[in-house]
Amino acid sequence: MDSALIPEGAKRCSFPKFTIGIAIVGAVVLWGVYAMFLCWFKGLNQTNMNDYYGFALWIWADLAVIAVGGGAFFTGLLRYIFNVDELKNIINFAVIIGFICYSSALLILAIDIGQPLRGWFIFWHANVHSMLTEVAFCLSCYFAVLTIEFIPNILENRQANKVPFFHHLAHNMHGVMAVFAATGAFLSFFHQGSLGGVAGVMFGRPFAVREGLLIWPWTFFLFTWSAAAFGPSFTLLVTRITEAVTGKKLVKDNVIHLLAKISGWMITTYIIAKIIDTIYWTYVTIPSLGFKISHFYTNNSFYGYWILITEIIVCGLVPGLLLINKSTRENPNTRLLAIVLGVIGVCLNRWVMVLQIMAVPVMSFDTWALYIPSWQEMATSILPIAYGVILISLAYRYLPVFPQELELNQPKADQ
Amino acid sequence: MFPFCFEWIWDISHGIFFGGLWYAVAILGAGMTYCIVKAAIDTMNDNGESDH
Repeated sequence: MDSALIPEGAKRCSFPKFTIGIAIVGAVVLWGVYAMFLCWFKGLNQTNMNDYYGFALWIWADLAVIAVGGGAFFTGLLRYIFNVDELKNIINFAVIIGFICYSSALLILAIDIGQPLRGWFIFWHANVHSMLTEVAFCLSCYFAVLTIEFIPNILENRQANKVPFFHHLAHNMHGVMAVFAATGAFLSFFHQGSLGGVAGVMFGRPFAVREGLLIWPWTFFLFTWSAAAFGPSFTLLVTRITEAVTGKKLVKDNVIHLLAKISGWMITTYIIAKIIDTIYWTYVTIPSLGFKISHFYTNNSFYGYWILITEIIVCGLVPGLLLINKSTRENPNTRLLAIVLGVIGVCLNRWVMVLQIMAVPVMSFDTWALYIPSWQEMATSILPIAYGVILISLAYRYLPVFPQELELNQPKADQ
Repeated sequence: MFPFCFEWIWDISHGIFFGGLWYAVAILGAGMTYCIVKAAIDTMNDNGESDH
């Protein structure tokens, strides 16, 4: 039925089967959209946010998708600026994943602000002393970059590419993609960093505050570094899931190994910096503010030392070492374990930097404030995942996302 | 916000924030304009290169 739109030579499932799959995931999307409209029409009383949790599950989801979406800017930087040629075979998919992550982040923010019709206020009535203003500027511009990077792939659709103007446009956009990629890297450096900077400058919250360089706390650099480190791991993870679902090999091993190696070294160097930061915070920053580290990990039912050990050792040091070691990197099982742990690790880091910060008592009369999100918050946080599944399914079906797909699946294609 | 808006103040903060924003928007706008105009010219001349 839609065979004229499918890339030439590529095998895809039947249209009814595809439609059923989309319909199932679409039901989850509708659930999320229903919750989203509840928040818009009835207000933020639909959430469990309160005076303690002005930043809640949405902001964690926002920071997490932005962190794992960092694979797009870092892979783009390596491909277009540092000319790492092998990455041309995975850059399309990295861009699509980034596009999904950043459009999801903007959607979450549109729900979070309660009145999305006033979203433009941040550009017109900007608070030019806020790191979050910089985040909003960079996020919007970087989403534009990702859209621009995604357009040539859409225009290479079998039918669209027959239109001469679209064909030339895609060709010309490829020609100047390095300019867009460089702009994207510039924007990403600042908004990833500023998201960390927001936590680091909160001098009223000893759990978050850090020293730094000039106006930038160390968390600024750690956030950018972690996004560049774990983002490629997320790209590899989604690629692996796509291969498992489609039953096809989509990217050659040498490309996977290279990206895994880059991610591994980035994770390892990041985690060394993170350990140094944590030690300095423990022995210098916290005592100077009149606290002990035990204040942040005891006397409550959830946040214990386990979260620190899990984030830094289990989901930081372990995946880093697994990926820089050639034998474990090239073993599909240990590589998969490493990238799964890595993705969990960066999401856990964002959880700690958004939600644990809010939970820790600050005043002597305060107690731990634990928080359970409402179903509306959960539904709207799951919405981006379902939306991502649909967009990846559509892109895989109709666009030439993986340049090596036909070559890698030649025997099957001939049957 | 633009410098002719009543809220605008000529200070370093506005300069850095909005300078950065307009700089990025200008690069993206100029890049896309170049691609679209060149694609239109290429289409009219039909000197298409088939691969990229």
